[in-house]
Amino acid sequence: METIGIWIAALLTLGIFSFLYKDNPFYKFCESLFVGISAGYWFVTTFWQVFMPKLADNLVAGRLYYIIGGVFGVLMLLRLFPKIGWLSRWSLALVVGTTAGLYFTRYLVSNGMIQVQNTIIPLYVKGNLSQTIGNLVIVIGTFSGLIYFFFSKEHKGAFGGLAKLGIWFLMLSFGASFGYTVMSRMSLLIGRMDFLLGTWLGLIR
Amino acid sequence: MNFYERLMQLDRRWIYLGVAIAVTIPVLAPFKVPVYITPEAKAVYEFVENTKPGEIIFLAIDYDPNAMAELHPMARTIMRQSFSRGIRLIISALSQNGPGMAEQLISQISKEYNKKNGMDYVYLGYKPYPGITILAMGQNFRIPFPTDYYGTPLDSLPMMDGVRNYDDVKGIISIVAGNIAEYWINYANGRYKAKVFFGVTGVMTADYYPFLQSGQLLGLLGGLKGASEYERLAKQEGVATEGMSIQTVAHLVVIAFIVVGNIGFFMSKKKKR
Repeated sequence: METIGIWIAALLTLGIFSFLYKDNPFYKFCESLFVGISAGYWFVTTFWQVFMPKLADNLVAGRLYYIIGGVFGVLMLLRLFPKIGWLSRWSLALVVGTTAGLYFTRYLVSNGMIQVQNTIIPLYVKGNLSQTIGNLVIVIGTFSGLIYFFFSKEHKGAFGGLAKLGIWFLMLSFGASFGYTVMSRMSLLIGRMDFLLGTWLGLIR
Repeated sequence: MNFYERLMQLDRRWIYLGVAIAVTIPVLAPFKVPVYITPEAKAVYEFVENTKPGEIIFLAIDYDPNAMAELHPMARTIMRQSFSRGIRLIISALSQNGPGMAEQLISQISKEYNKKNGMDYVYLGYKPYPGITILAMGQNFRIPFPTDYYGTPLDSLPMMDGVRNYDDVKGIISIVAGNIAEYWINYANGRYKAKVFFGVTGVMTADYYPFLQSGQLLGLLGGLKGASEYERLAKQEGVATEGMSIQTVAHLVVIAFIVVGNIGFFMSKKKKR
């Protein structure tokens, strides 16, 4: 049984890889199979992890107020019927309002306030040159990056110079992200090659 | 059409072939490359190493099978290190396609170390809406997870006796792909002040360094490189360490293509002038 699974996985991997040469029916089949299985898996998980424990089980246990959530869920599905589709906006309003309220304060603190707070650091650390350079890079990089995104004043003269420095910092950060992305994609390729050459063909290990 | 213009119009399939060959050769003829340990990877290792036997770490396996190549080695090594030191684990899987994959890993490694479900580890499994789940676990693990992955009520598991929320675990290590990472920072650390450590995919790594610098994250493993560092630290060299030689060759090929592409670009521009 395991051997059959390995063969299916290997053939599907090769099917997806075949797109690198050109689009073809084998690739289309593998792609469609992936989309279909993912949707099916997603549906089953949602049914057993959300619908049953959150709604059905509670209603069966007599907690009838859960019907309110159920009604909002049904309203969401009314988008399928154009004439009464507007009713789904009530559910969406509830979701958007709750999500915004839940996330706003914590996001503002974690991704805004604490980050700003950590750019207010000493520019000179006595006896620690690398820390001093690091702190200077953080402060100058943040400041010049913000200047670049300040569009109410023309980027000319000293202001323009700072904005240009900001672009350099942004480019460096994009470069770092790109480098990591290459590593990430190569890791996926390595994973597949390891599977094809090792687990499937038995050429390694 | 001169040489440089022809270079600029090189069929992309030659690049794919070049990368495929570059990746295949080190797989068939493996060699070792040095792996340097970064302070952020060492911080994760030392956190596990300094946790006493019997204490609890929360290990979140928050990724789908598509990130397995990068993140599975991290999860595997951390789990082995924890079990070998007698550390107990509460494990969750908040990525929708991940629970089955996580369960396979847990059952394989728990067997290796003869660890018992409910005594040495608890697998909570999956619940939708990771942000809300993480927030609720800060009050009580039993709110989002009244039962474990196998349907056993948490209250009937000996390991969960007296364990309510993040205050009762030494820290959280999330091996994570996608925006679930933000929720751990925003809620587990931001709201409940839990110690949070990450193992992330390479794509995400650069985005999380600011959180490391600000102290919201206490350790970070980035991509396969981070996994290989961890394997080296834990003396469990495996897939990630082997993968680094392949990474090295593949990166050299990519760098060569970038250099050649740029030479072609600037030279053909110069010729046009």
